[in-house]
Amino acid sequence: MKMSESSKNGSPGPTALFWSFLTVGISGFGGVLPFARRMLVERRRWLDEAQFAETLALCQTLPGPNIVNVSIVIGGRFAGPLGALAAVSGLLGAPVALVLVFASLYGRWGEVGRAPAMLAGLGAAACGLVVATAVKMAIPLVRTRPASAAPFVALAFAAVGIVRLPLVWVVLALAPISIAVAWSRRA
Amino acid sequence: MKQGVLGDLAVQFVMLSLVAFGGANAVVPEIHRVAVGLRHWTTDAEFARLFAIANAAPGPNVMISTLVGWKAAGIPGAIVATLAMCGPTCLLTYFISRGWERWRLTRLGAAIGAGLTPVTVGFVAASALVLARGADTSWRLAIVTLATALVAWRTKLNPLWCLAAAAGLGLAGALG
Repeated sequence: MKMSESSKNGSPGPTALFWSFLTVGISGFGGVLPFARRMLVERRRWLDEAQFAETLALCQTLPGPNIVNVSIVIGGRFAGPLGALAAVSGLLGAPVALVLVFASLYGRWGEVGRAPAMLAGLGAAACGLVVATAVKMAIPLVRTRPASAAPFVALAFAAVGIVRLPLVWVVLALAPISIAVAWSRRA
Repeated sequence: MKQGVLGDLAVQFVMLSLVAFGGANAVVPEIHRVAVGLRHWTTDAEFARLFAIANAAPGPNVMISTLVGWKAAGIPGAIVATLAMCGPTCLLTYFISRGWERWRLTRLGAAIGAGLTPVTVGFVAASALVLARGADTSWRLAIVTLATALVAWRTKLNPLWCLAAAAGLGLAGALG
C-alpha cells in the first residue's frame, strides 16, 4: 500500500480530506472537476464511478459552485460537519491565497509595459474556454432532447446574455416550466 | 464607507450564489451585471481580465467572485465575497445531501435535474457572450477566442497551454 489512509473501506478523517482536496484545488486550471474525479475514484477509491456520478448530479442540481458542493458532500459523508469543513477549506484555501497574490501583482504591474496586451490575450483565451464548455454541454443535450431542451437553452441564453435580465428572474420564470416539461416527458 | 461595501458584497454574492445552478460559469453574467452594471466595482474590459486571472490561477472557477470582491474592497472584500458565494450554499448542500439518497430516485428529483440542465447550459453560453464583449476588443483577439474554443472543444489538451499561448502572443505584441 502506498498510502495508508486510502484503504478502500476505512473512512477518511478530516485531515486526509483536507490534504486530498488541497491537492485537487491546486492541480486544476479553469475548473478542477476532472481532478476531483481522478482523486476520489481512481487514486483514493473513496467512491466508485457510479457514486461519483450520483454525487455530481446532486451537486449540479443544488445552487452553488459544483466542486465546492462535491467537497461538502464527500467531507460530510465520511466525517460529518468537521469533515465537510476540512474538505472545503482544503479545496479553497490555497487557490484563494494564490489568486490574491496574482491579483496584487496585477494591481501593481497590470498597466505596465506589455502587461495589458498579455492580459488581453489571456482574457480572449479564457473566454474561448467558456465557449467550448457551452458547446460541449449544449450539443449532447440538444441532440438527445431537441424539443424539450433546446428552447430553454435558447431562452436562457437570450434572457441573460442579450437582454441582460437578472438571473433570479430568469431562473424563477424558466426553471419551473423546464422542470414541468421534463416531468411530463417522463410520464 | 468600506463597511458599506463589504456588507453590499456579502448581500450580492449570497443572493447570486442561491441561484447559481450549474456552477460558477453559469453565474458569470450575473456577477458581471452587478459588478459592472449596477455597482461599478470594475469595468467591462477589466472584468474580462479578472476572469482571465481567475482562470490562469489554479483552482475552482468560483475565484472570479474572489477577484471581484478584491476589486471592490481589497483583501477583506475578496474574503467576504468568497465566503458569501460559498457559505450559504455549502450549508444548504450539507443538509440536503443527507436526505438525498431517498430523494434522488423519485420522479420529481429526476425531473428537477433534467429541467435545470438546459437553463444552466443557456447561462454558460451567456457567460461566453458577456466575456467576449469585454475581451474581444479587436478581430485578432476574437480569433484567439475562437481558436481556443476550437482546441478546447475538439482536443484533450490541457487548457493551460491555450492560456499560455495567448498570453505569449499578447506579450510578443502580436495581438495589438
